[in-house]
Amino acid sequence: MIKITDLKKSFNSKKVLDGVNLDIEQGKITVIIGRSGEGKSVLIKHIIGLLKPDGGSISLDDEDITAMDEKELNNVRKRFGMLFQSAALFDSMTVAENVGFPLKEHTDMDEDKIMEIVKDKLKRVGLVGVENMMPADLSGGMKKRVGLARAIAMDPEIVLFDEPTTGLDPIMSDSIAHLMLETQKDLKTTYIAITHDIPLTYKIADKIAMLHEGKIIETGTVKEIKASTNPVLMQFVEGRAEGPIKVY
Amino acid sequence: MSGFFEYIGEMAENAIRVTGEIFLMLYQSVVWMFVPPFKLRNLFKQMEFVGVKSMFVVLLTGSFTGMVLALQSYNALKRFGAESLVGPTVALSMARELGPVLTGLMVTGRAGSAMATELGTMRVTEQIDALYTMAVNPIKYLVVPRIIAGILMLPVLTVIADFIGVAGGYFISVHVLNINPGVYIGRTIDFVKVEDIFDGLIKSFFFGLILSLVACYQGFYTKGGAEGVGRAATKSVVMASVLILIADYFLTSMMLK
Ligand SMILES: Nc1ncnc2c1ncn2[C@@H]1O[C@H](COP(=O)(O)OP(=O)(O)O)[C@@H](O)[C@H]1O
Ligand SMILES: [Mg+2]
Repeated sequence: MIKITDLKKSFNSKKVLDGVNLDIEQGKITVIIGRSGEGKSVLIKHIIGLLKPDGGSISLDDEDITAMDEKELNNVRKRFGMLFQSAALFDSMTVAENVGFPLKEHTDMDEDKIMEIVKDKLKRVGLVGVENMMPADLSGGMKKRVGLARAIAMDPEIVLFDEPTTGLDPIMSDSIAHLMLETQKDLKTTYIAITHDIPLTYKIADKIAMLHEGKIIETGTVKEIKASTNPVLMQFVEGRAEGPIKVY
Repeated sequence: MSGFFEYIGEMAENAIRVTGEIFLMLYQSVVWMFVPPFKLRNLFKQMEFVGVKSMFVVLLTGSFTGMVLALQSYNALKRFGAESLVGPTVALSMARELGPVLTGLMVTGRAGSAMATELGTMRVTEQIDALYTMAVNPIKYLVVPRIIAGILMLPVLTVIADFIGVAGGYFISVHVLNINPGVYIGRTIDFVKVEDIFDGLIKSFFFGLILSLVACYQGFYTKGGAEGVGRAATKSVVMASVLILIADYFLTSMMLK
């Protein structure tokens, strides 16, 4: 389980996270929703130690990630996979080299064994015969799939998703949602996704948390969130310009 | 008026911060250089990249510089009746000064700017963050091989520039200025010592370090999307070129002591 306690982060005196409290359950899909620029990416980057907070803590199995040095962090990071918003594939490498990269860096497997795993992971995300393509030649949806294959290459316990469907059409978004459900179900991996895509959230979430003005203002299951009467939450999930959230 | 002083203060603060960050990157790179595993494939790829990117411009600038040196030194030396010294003048200027400096500047413009662009793109598209999340240190993986490639390839390219420059000087001297080829070569061998070439190579070693370190620094800390990548490339070229010329003065003054 991951426990985020009173997490605070500012950039140049601009408060982004202002005391975030959130429990993330093992083996479940937690979706953090919130408007663009609310600090969702900042939050997820703290979970994997890319950013250090100004205050608060994040504990993973009772160990505080925020207090770790680079070496300890690297041991923890091997238990994580991450799919970036832009997929962050290495443009100088083929699809197969991208997916096999963590295996090549952290295991003693030979090329054949790595290729076998690469093909298996690619098949899981619905891609066949793309091994030798370059990232520049892939569509947005394919990039995300390859990014997901790379994120699960090491069979991580926890996978982080930064806006898995942003920039994709609704059909592609739906297929990514199915993919997330399928890949999560097999191994009971912990998935943490951040998004402002409400249909996606309702399809995949075991638990939803809303980030607003630097705090988690509401958590609950899909059912609970749909029944919530919190006006800020309602305005966001219904996508209305009028309401307590001011639009500039 | 207070705006002016604020501006100066900000500039100074910036310069100090950047200097500190560059030395920190150098320190980290040296530390990571000796942490196994060593992946030579990455290093060879970068060496090839620097060599291939810059070879053509180095050949071009080297040959024309040798040729123009022959014309200029002939024009000057003729006034003292010392036309026979054109050979050593061209060779000394190339080996001690123009070979390393021009190669440094050309490689900065070609390979250095390309390095800054590549790392800058990797930064703004989160590829550097991705390396961290996969427990791979980007300094070791990206910066170390580029710096070693710069340090190793600059002397190689400088030797090539020296050689082609001397050849260009010879061609103009013999075929245009009608200097006796035996005299040209004989005088060159009489006056130019191995030490002269060696001093030039020491310079090129430092220039290689400067240009690759500056390019990596600018690329690695790129901010602000595609526009930021362009800015990083420009900054790396300006900064590395200026630093190479400044370093050249100090290295020369130490060598000629
Ligand atoms: N490295 C950084 N330096 C300065 N400001 C940052 C940095 N990262 C994020 N921010 C700021 O933090 C805020 C939240 O950003 P982000 O987490 O990317 O939002 P989102 O919820 O859309 O993912 C934004 O205002 C952004 O400008
Ligand atoms: Mg974001």
